Amino acid sequence: MREWPLWEVFVRSRRGLSHVHVGSLHAPDAEMALRNARDLYTRRQEGVSLWVVPAAEIVASTPDQGAAFFDPADDKVYRHPTFYDVPEGVEHL
Amino acid sequence: MASVYGNDFGARAETSSDEPQSFLDLLAGEGRVEPRDEMPDAYRRTLVRQIAQHAHSEIIGMQPEGNWISRAPSLRRKAILMAKVQDEAGHGLYLYAAAETLGVDRADLLDQLHDGRQKYSSIFNYPTLTWADVGAIGWLVDGAAIVNQVPLCRCSYGPYARAMVRVCKEESFHQRQGFEILHTLSHGTPAQRAMAQDAVDRYWWPSLMMFGPPDDDSPNSAQSMAWGIKRFSNDDLRQRFVDMTVPQAEALGLTLPDPEIRWNEERGHYDFGEVDFTELFEVIKGHGPCNAQRMSHRVRAHEDGAWAREAASAYAQKQAQKQAEKQLVRTEGAA
Amino acid sequence: MTTPPSSSSPPLRSSAEQLGRDPGRPGAGLTAYVLGLADDALVSAQRMGWWISRAPQLEEDVALANIGLDQLGQARTLLAYAGEIEGDGRSEDDLAYLRDEREFRNVWLVERAQTDFGVAMARLLVFSAWQRELYGALASSTDATLAGVAGKAVKEVAYHLDHASHWVVRLGDGTEESHARMQAALDAEWPFVPELFEPVDAALVAEGVAVDPVALRPAVLARIEAVVAEATLAVPQVAPAVGGGRRGLHTEEMGYLLAEMQHLARSHPGATW
Repeated sequence: MREWPLWEVFVRSRRGLSHVHVGSLHAPDAEMALRNARDLYTRRQEGVSLWVVPAAEIVASTPDQGAAFFDPADDKVYRHPTFYDVPEGVEHL
Repeated sequence: MASVYGNDFGARAETSSDEPQSFLDLLAGEGRVEPRDEMPDAYRRTLVRQIAQHAHSEIIGMQPEGNWISRAPSLRRKAILMAKVQDEAGHGLYLYAAAETLGVDRADLLDQLHDGRQKYSSIFNYPTLTWADVGAIGWLVDGAAIVNQVPLCRCSYGPYARAMVRVCKEESFHQRQGFEILHTLSHGTPAQRAMAQDAVDRYWWPSLMMFGPPDDDSPNSAQSMAWGIKRFSNDDLRQRFVDMTVPQAEALGLTLPDPEIRWNEERGHYDFGEVDFTELFEVIKGHGPCNAQRMSHRVRAHEDGAWAREAASAYAQKQAQKQAEKQLVRTEGAA
Repeated sequence: MTTPPSSSSPPLRSSAEQLGRDPGRPGAGLTAYVLGLADDALVSAQRMGWWISRAPQLEEDVALANIGLDQLGQARTLLAYAGEIEGDGRSEDDLAYLRDEREFRNVWLVERAQTDFGVAMARLLVFSAWQRELYGALASSTDATLAGVAGKAVKEVAYHLDHASHWVVRLGDGTEESHARMQAALDAEWPFVPELFEPVDAALVAEGVAVDPVALRPAVLARIEAVVAEATLAVPQVAPAVGGGRRGLHTEEMGYLLAEMQHLARSHPGATW
């Protein structure tokens, strides 16, 4: 193996927030990946929790699926609360 | 459908020499191109070359300052410098990761650095002769880098732009610590002051060269600007750097080694002398003071570490195999 | 300390004079103890700094820099405290930059050059396992400052130990070549282990200020040996080195280390940086 496998890194920046993708790194195995991620991506107090995922294990949609996957949502604005008119003065709705 | 976040080397989108409509639409709308999008081959190649060169510059750039970690004149300075050189390794990592989303392998990029097929910024072929050089690198070299890099945060290629956002945040610490070193020296003993002036004298012109050749002489710039990789011309950025730096030099009480620097009311910019690029081209060709030294340091580290990298891979393989065997036993037991 | 009185004259304090200076004055024992811990951390950080740009992989450059920075931070706090209890107005930098070889009190383990990654990891394993137990115990020192420093440092060195352990296991149980090199590295560092357990000022231990190194021995060795076993390596059977760092007796390499570290600061007496 010429290069250690690639891992994608996700950081929870503080409690109450989701893990967010921050970048990637190379590591020989999961344990080292986690440690390398700690050293590289949280050295300025950027996080309280880490995920590392082998890049090869991530399943992603492709751009040519874009139209079929995401366009049908365009005309369904009634899914959003702002679609609805509420008389003035009505609260907690 | 086994595809990966930006790293599916085998199954990347089809590319061709002409520019796909989806790509042109993205550029026209100031959108970001993402790894799995269709993109022209030349765009991909340009990005790989530029990002790799940028990454190489970060890791070679560890050396001139790393030189002074062992000799930093106070423990506070030693800690700051260690953190700074560490950041440079980190920047290299962010950038190699961005390059890898374009379907290249970091190991291949490192090979190309090591055998000279890819370049790094020539500024790092200048030596750090005194402690003040650490200050001058932070103030001038990192200052020039920031001017170059801030526009890259809006680069059309998403992963590069995101890496640059992270890098730029950290670079401003670098520039400030350099300025502080020089400020302390220029307000110190006569010997310290002389040391600071000498460093600025030596690093000023090479810093201006970091913006690349003049616009009339920069054949790839127009294409890069059309692609949204480059946002401003070399000369515009150089001017911006001079305008930013001249007042800072005054605040330091140090002189920039160019008698032609003066404010031009009409242009609203500082005029400055012509940069002599003959030296830069000599340095690029490999005749700089430290070209050979920087490369041999880098190659030696890589070769000396091969056994450790291989050991970690071998261990991971053994562990995976053990895991698989355990699984097999369990499955058979269940059957 | 039985060093004969020095005949050298001011302004440079001779090392012998320094070591013999007022051994009975209040706080001298504590100053020496704190300096020992500070110098261990400082000299270790100095060696660790060498690796930045020379590690086997970029990710490791970043990791080793983090470890070096932790050690340097520990050294700075401890040196500042040593200067404070000494009461001569010496700052962390005075102590780091203006003492000579014979005034440094670090153990031999940390001072020798290490340019092989296996040696670096073997040494970090030993050093951090020792520091882990030491700071763990020192966190309940009756000296509030030491307890505070140790309470913070113990988390840092726990991570160093974790890092070193992971590498020693991978190198030991990696390839045939790495197994041999890791064993050789461990063999090379092992003679310097016993010095870590040399007794310190008994009065300080009795007061609950200092930790008795002798008492740390079983736990430290247990930590190391567990890693060595997992790494499929053998605990070396080698004779201990003479040691003497705590008394200011060092290897020849120490002088070169200090020459490099101190030359700039010493070339500009009184300057601030």
